[in-house]
Amino acid sequence: MTERTPWTRRHFLQRGTAFASLATTAPLFIQQASRAMSLPTHSLLTSLAGVPQDHVLVVVQLGGGNDGLNTVVPYGSAEYYKKRPRIAIAAPGGGNDAALTIPGADGLGLHPAFSGMRELMDDGVGCIVQGIGYPNPNRSHFSSMDIWHTADTNGRDNGWIGRYFDNSCGGTPIPTAGISLGNAAPLAMQGDQSMPVSFETPDLYRWMGEDLGDDIGRTYRTMPLRSAAGEDDNLAFLKRTTMDAQLSSDQVRKAAAMSPLVQWPGGDLATQLRMVAAMIRSNMPTRVYYVTLGGFDTHANQQGSHQRLLRQVGDSLLAFNKELKAQDNDGRVLTMVFSEFGRRVGENGSGGTDHGTAAPMYLVGPMVKPGVLGTHPSLSRLDNGDLQHTADFRQVYAAVLKNWMGADPDVILRKHWNPAPVLR
Amino acid sequence: MPHALSSLPAKDFGYEEAGHLLRRAGFGGTPPQILALSNMGLNEAVDHLLLWERVPDNSSATAFRSDIMYPLEQSQRQRIQRARRDGDETTLEEFRNARQARQREDRRQIRDMQSWWLERLVETPRPLLEKLTLFWHGHFATGYRAVEDSWHMMLQNDMFRANAGGNFKNDLVHGIIRDPAMIKYLNNNQNTKQAPNENLARELMELFTLGVGNGYTENDIKDGARALTGLNYRDDEFAFNQRNHDSSGKRIFGRSGQFDGADFVELIFQRPSAAWFTPWKLHRYFVDDSMQTDGDIKKAVNRMSRTFKQHNWEVRPMLRELFRSKWFYEPVNRRSLIKSPVQLTVEAIRSLNTPARSISRLNQACGIMGQELFHPPSVKGWEGGRKWINTSTLFVRENLLLYLMTGRDPGAKSWESGSGGWSAEPIIAHLRGLPGRDEPADIVTYLSRLTLGFSPTDGRLEQWITLARDREPINNETLIQLLSLMTASPEYQLC
Repeated sequence: MTERTPWTRRHFLQRGTAFASLATTAPLFIQQASRAMSLPTHSLLTSLAGVPQDHVLVVVQLGGGNDGLNTVVPYGSAEYYKKRPRIAIAAPGGGNDAALTIPGADGLGLHPAFSGMRELMDDGVGCIVQGIGYPNPNRSHFSSMDIWHTADTNGRDNGWIGRYFDNSCGGTPIPTAGISLGNAAPLAMQGDQSMPVSFETPDLYRWMGEDLGDDIGRTYRTMPLRSAAGEDDNLAFLKRTTMDAQLSSDQVRKAAAMSPLVQWPGGDLATQLRMVAAMIRSNMPTRVYYVTLGGFDTHANQQGSHQRLLRQVGDSLLAFNKELKAQDNDGRVLTMVFSEFGRRVGENGSGGTDHGTAAPMYLVGPMVKPGVLGTHPSLSRLDNGDLQHTADFRQVYAAVLKNWMGADPDVILRKHWNPAPVLR
Repeated sequence: MPHALSSLPAKDFGYEEAGHLLRRAGFGGTPPQILALSNMGLNEAVDHLLLWERVPDNSSATAFRSDIMYPLEQSQRQRIQRARRDGDETTLEEFRNARQARQREDRRQIRDMQSWWLERLVETPRPLLEKLTLFWHGHFATGYRAVEDSWHMMLQNDMFRANAGGNFKNDLVHGIIRDPAMIKYLNNNQNTKQAPNENLARELMELFTLGVGNGYTENDIKDGARALTGLNYRDDEFAFNQRNHDSSGKRIFGRSGQFDGADFVELIFQRPSAAWFTPWKLHRYFVDDSMQTDGDIKKAVNRMSRTFKQHNWEVRPMLRELFRSKWFYEPVNRRSLIKSPVQLTVEAIRSLNTPARSISRLNQACGIMGQELFHPPSVKGWEGGRKWINTSTLFVRENLLLYLMTGRDPGAKSWESGSGGWSAEPIIAHLRGLPGRDEPADIVTYLSRLTLGFSPTDGRLEQWITLARDREPINNETLIQLLSLMTASPEYQLC
């Protein structure tokens, strides 16, 4: 192609994507998409607008170590009440502060503030996977989080989702294949080749110099970004990425400006999930979104704070699911909720709980097997005061990778794990 | 007889070459600094950077606490044991709380250390020393999260700085297997005769000396791990634990003996790839950040490798030859490396003379851009090159420059107007003094050459000149607007 005029972003938009694959300056993800069109669909990583088998994974990280035993309450266990005289949740029927029942799960209830989860389960789209952990549990927030992020019990690998991207897109990452909201890119999303797009708010995902003046913004946006065909040096790469950045910034901010279709609660998590829903709605080519909520490190007087946190998590997940349903996108989106560890079985002297081990994970979406899955760890056979896990978190990862993302979990997790039977 | 790193003729070392040298072997500088370096001539300029002891450094000593993460004393450990036995929850909780408080304090200290180092990078009169210290930090990557002892991270950092231009084998590799932070990071404190742990043995060959798959077998790893058993630390110092050491026979690289850790290192340096792998990584760091290993790159690295061996693993003779070579200054190697986040940040401040603003904010920005000091993402360190760049890090990079020049924090809800106290006027002061040279076209051309090293011929220069003309007379605000546009150009990410 011997195009002579500077190929600016605007120019590019006017011409559409038809020419994109012909020029080296085409943004990476457009190139990828046009190349992918000719491939069999099962090898696709890119989401192509309107293709129903586009599966999206949303990871919700609860930072600090969520108290699993006060989230999914083993009210049928006398040990539970013996070990937690001050902070145990009463059995269902015991007033407003009592646990909610879970139909079909004897002796297990939900924290009363976690009613959003109950509603999701009633709708047949929510499941609880019990007793998730890993051998030789690490009780340091950082180390245990690294273990969950790397899927390696030493926590010394790169991120499991990053490896998924490395292995699934043949070395040409789509710029917005993975998006994390927050001010740091989670290790889980960092592969050898892939780094996630991350921003705290969509408004920060742009060049701030535009605020220095209209003509400054205009000049930036019409910056010629053309390099000669066939060039693939660092400069050509930077030019392509600059063009990608400008395009995806527009996409992201356009998505952010859309009004939601349903009522949303307040709070950080809801804000992030609302943004994710908007991006899904605007057909971003994103396969994995990553959001986080902190504050779960409830060492003292945990009742009030834990209740507020669970209210936020449950209500946000519920609103997210309703929003996706209203968009008719719910079938495309699996949400997975985890925390780096649970807390000790016995409460401490300050009305709180200290760092523990196994805890439940939560999955949401019409593709999950609804209800309570797996085996609850024994409350009497403890390991030094801690629950012993009954399933490994990598079995859940394996299920998500294999049955939802269409990837080979053995390659990505570097070892064979039997996928947990959590998806339909 | 000319070779791949034959010297650049002295007469070919001018202002542009000095600027290149200062960016690559340092963090760039102002035009007067570049001019001063160029006036020294090639050999003296290289030695000025390389023999940093000659340059006085008055930076203050560090004031960090060594005792935050000290292990408990025996009497305390006994109290815990008693409390466990008696089910004395109150005492156990007291200890737990105390431990958590110490961990919080230690995490605060590592943040202070990040700021200390970044400030040092910005202020140092010995840029190559800091640049090499950063290289070794990435080469022998050790992450605070797993070490959980900021003082040990600082001791390791001191070790890298003390030996930055020293002997790779004797100082750095023998040093790293005795380094408390590394021993903890790669689990050698758990590497015992009864239960060997291969982590350090594997990475010692794969990442620190030979390169992955370059001349060792799984059995070399297994027996190498046994040679490393017993290498441990007590408090802040290396400690050899004879009881945990496996002194029985081993077979490494086809040689048999009762090797210990030091022997293992010596054996590694008899492998041919030991002379190639680290020079290649240094070449990636200083010359060409692609992953290529053939063609001209192979020739250059072969020569580095030869010099490295000839000088018995001394780092400086190899770097001296490289920085003096014609190859180093070839057009294909100019403005071709993607700046690391630290390079971008430090070079911007040092070459434009902007305020450093909030150092902790800069640290945060480096983290978002993928290079948090003391937190390499894994034992592989930072891969560098194109790995630094994606659409979000690119915006952060561009916005960082805006922050430095204007003081406007991208994270803040609203931006205050004004220039945040920085004046770009001194940059063009010499043009102001030349009648007829302070026209918009001259000013724009000068700023463009200063930031990008050239005047774009693709229409950008004209755009900027038009913009400057619209604003005549050109004031500080306009200068900053122009510099913002230039530093948001893709070329600015290269050095």
